[in-house]
Amino acid sequence: MAFSLTPLRRRARDAELLPEGRLSGPMPWVIAIMVALTVIAAAAGLAFSNTARNASDDLAGGITVQIVNANPAQRDAQAQAVVDALRATPGVVEATLVSQDEVDKLIEPWLGKSASGDAGIPVPALVDARLRGGATGETLGGLRQMLHRVAPAARVDAQSSWLGPVFGAIDTLRWLSLALVGLLGSALAAAVLLAVRNALGSNRNTIEIVHLLGGTDAQIARIFQRAIGYDAGVGGVVGLALGLVVVLLMGQQFAALGAGLVSSGALGWTDWLLLALIPLIGVVLAMFTARQTVVRALRKML
Amino acid sequence: MTSTAIREIVQFDNVGLRYGTDREVLSDVSFTLFPGSFYFLTGASGAGKTSLLKLLYLAQRPSRGMIRMFGTDAITLPRDRLPGFRRRFGVVFQDFRLVAHLSAFDNVALPLRVAGVAERDLAKPVADMLEWVGLTERMHAQPAQLSGGEQQRVAIARAVIHRPEMLIADEPTGNVDPEMAIKLLRLFEALNRLGTTVVVATHDVHLLKKVPESLIMRLDKGRLSDPTGALRYPPRPRPRTSSSELED
Repeated sequence: MAFSLTPLRRRARDAELLPEGRLSGPMPWVIAIMVALTVIAAAAGLAFSNTARNASDDLAGGITVQIVNANPAQRDAQAQAVVDALRATPGVVEATLVSQDEVDKLIEPWLGKSASGDAGIPVPALVDARLRGGATGETLGGLRQMLHRVAPAARVDAQSSWLGPVFGAIDTLRWLSLALVGLLGSALAAAVLLAVRNALGSNRNTIEIVHLLGGTDAQIARIFQRAIGYDAGVGGVVGLALGLVVVLLMGQQFAALGAGLVSSGALGWTDWLLLALIPLIGVVLAMFTARQTVVRALRKML
Repeated sequence: MTSTAIREIVQFDNVGLRYGTDREVLSDVSFTLFPGSFYFLTGASGAGKTSLLKLLYLAQRPSRGMIRMFGTDAITLPRDRLPGFRRRFGVVFQDFRLVAHLSAFDNVALPLRVAGVAERDLAKPVADMLEWVGLTERMHAQPAQLSGGEQQRVAIARAVIHRPEMLIADEPTGNVDPEMAIKLLRLFEALNRLGTTVVVATHDVHLLKKVPESLIMRLDKGRLSDPTGALRYPPRPRPRTSSSELED
């Protein structure tokens, strides 16, 4: 069944110069779909940005020291020596020995319960430390030299280096989302351009009459601009509602995963505000495109 | 000479017009229109009357020659100044050119709306004008619901609603009965006496006799004949009347 959003259009005297429905047709629905997809793509992009930023902040100064020694006594002694040495080093904000329980929990998914301990596989002792500022190559080199003296079995790694490929993938997805937003914006402009050209063609007689009666290009452009503005406004609100429903549902699904990296991508109030602005940006883009299209077409007429 | 240049409202000098690469439909057309005069443009069908009127209401640029309007070169006139000039005309098109989806009222109101007249200020003049052309009962009808004669009267009402400086009418009485034709001609005369320059294209020779003081422009195969030279010199001024004549 044909269903049109045009009854929602506000009536204006000059807009009545265009017959009802000539410009609209499916345009509000096209705009609604574009806006909904843009909201989803933008929400994904913002979530990826948040994930990358939060994870980067968390891991920027983080280092992990592994003491790889099969002898439990030596391993524990070196681990404690590493903690003491790190705590005494300027620029180290905190250093903590990861407890055996935590280590067991970490390896449990792969090796099962009771894999570590005296009877099990020798598992390295772990020391978590946080540096003031980033863990640069120079800082890590200095730490390695210093720790080698107190714990020859110590291996120092920056936490951010482990997640480098993940950050790369997140960054790619972020740019992909941005590109999608750009493409959807271009598609919206193209759809408006085609609709306005079609309307210009079917209303040519009216436009010529208005011209001959002294109507200016700006007056005629305003008629189209206003008509498409109403369509874009209605379509934008519907599209925003659809998009937000999808984003909220997806957010709930990801939140249920409970994974730290995923939950760090949660949208903040500024992100929601940005998403709410998308229909407004859509209206401005549609009206600008309509105006440019009409003015360019009218310039070809006397 | 200087005073003539100041008084002229339209001046054509050796104007030629051709569409595409066809032969000229107007050749070496020269004439001057003076404010407050009444002109009939006659000629056989295909003589170029409508083409000449298109040049007059700035719907067409000539292929050659010079056209001045209201003291300004109309050929080199920038596009953005055309609307201002067009608002000084009233045009009755041969095919009426009413906006199909607008009512008779809205069609007549169109020049006022284009000129930015407020809605509260246009209702009465539009209603008065529709009453004058006898279409009060039909003001809400769309063009498709009107007869040819009624459409023509709407077109005329639209052309004169804003009291133009120059009224250009292409066969304005072609679709109305003789009684209405005389009535419309009286409206044109009344406007003319208020100072509006009137140019009426017609092939109805009986109409010419109804306005004895009118000047005749005769087109024959795209060429304008002016045997008496009346189109080059200002006519005697016509007596002016008050605007109340229009309302009588």
